[in-house]
Amino acid sequence: MDWLYLLMPISGVQIFWPGLIILGLGVGIIGGFFGMGGGWMVTPGLNILGFPMAFAIGTDISHMAGNSLISTMRHAKFGNVDYRLGLIMTIGTITGFETGAQMIMWLERIGKVDTTVRFCYLVLLSLITWLVFADVAKKMRKEREARASGKPLDALSTGIEWHKTFHRIKIPPVIHFKKAGIRCSAWLPIAVSFFTGWLAGILGIGGGLIRMPALIYLIGCPTHVAVGTDLFEVVISALYGCASYTLKGRTELLAAVIMLMGASVGAQIGSIATKYVKGYGIRVFFGLAVIGCAVSIAFKLIAAVEPALKTFFDTAAAVLILFLVAALSLVIFMKFLRGVREELAVTPKR
Amino acid sequence: MRRLLTRVILLAALLLLLAPAVASAAAGKAEPIVIVADSRSFSGLRAWLSNLYNESLWYFMLAAVFIIPTLGIVLGKFTGFLLARLGINLKSRVLAEH
Repeated sequence: MDWLYLLMPISGVQIFWPGLIILGLGVGIIGGFFGMGGGWMVTPGLNILGFPMAFAIGTDISHMAGNSLISTMRHAKFGNVDYRLGLIMTIGTITGFETGAQMIMWLERIGKVDTTVRFCYLVLLSLITWLVFADVAKKMRKEREARASGKPLDALSTGIEWHKTFHRIKIPPVIHFKKAGIRCSAWLPIAVSFFTGWLAGILGIGGGLIRMPALIYLIGCPTHVAVGTDLFEVVISALYGCASYTLKGRTELLAAVIMLMGASVGAQIGSIATKYVKGYGIRVFFGLAVIGCAVSIAFKLIAAVEPALKTFFDTAAAVLILFLVAALSLVIFMKFLRGVREELAVTPKR
Repeated sequence: MRRLLTRVILLAALLLLLAPAVASAAAGKAEPIVIVADSRSFSGLRAWLSNLYNESLWYFMLAAVFIIPTLGIVLGKFTGFLLARLGINLKSRVLAEH
């Protein structure tokens, strides 16, 4: 069974290479479906496979650049990518990220980084979970009221509509984002992306997990366009992260390439699956993913606070993340299969 | 008035771009640990990667930034071609509701 293990040329660790392909496949599916890079899933997965943490992060970010590029190409064909919005948000994301990363250096100097970051992450994830499910509940209430009154509900109506308030702030330049179907001040996406980039810099994540709900609830993008545009931004920020970590000597390029083999299939499956799931369906799945992530972070927080239970909760956190990746990928894959079967059944044969 | 507003907006944009520099003034500098790849037992691709890594991190970075997106495009096109052969419509979807 030696052929199943490959000695990595840079980090010098023996890695179970089919695990890299499976991890790439799972994260490709989830990333293509939700519009995020999936760093919060891949980094612990790579750490479990045997990579030291710094290499896990650098390798993950590098593979993420290729993975999200594949998903973006697919979403672009579906008309889900608003390039203008994505490029404007990149300005805020990169400056916000660097600001957050420098603040982490300051927290590290005063010895408060680990617990503070995890606690902030937990609060943020709880907020996102509440936002998603409050939005779903409000939308369902609107549908019930519409049914009771006998009037059809507008297909474009949403539950939480904070973006409408922000759209009224017309600080020039005001730009029309055609694919997203919104008209707002350019400062809105810049401010939102600076905030999400700053959070990502503080928390050490790619930002897709925060940017996707921000695109939906603060900027007012339809869900599918939020997924595609977010992936476009992940490509840019992940390429920047790839360059940064590779210059620091912490990227195992061979592992990133192997993961990309699995991710190339997964990203297509996840992106195509969005064709067969309604916007609010994607939001509910996203909320469940965030809950899983929050529980995993809570486990790590307990592990940090209670040294006697560290091994148990560290292991539980890693197992939970891998279970989440497996379960979500399977559910999305089943949606993909069912959707394809129905589409092929109604499509006339050539 | 319009010109004043434009200048204020440009100034705000400049301040935004300067934010990381201001924040970095508070940060201390840390030296990263240097890793040397052991290329003695490798041949082929792994030998090339480890030698490139040892010779120059800049060239290694350029190789990474070139290889990853290029491979992404090639693999994306290839898997897209295979899925299209199944008969799936990969060019459009029903207009989105939220």
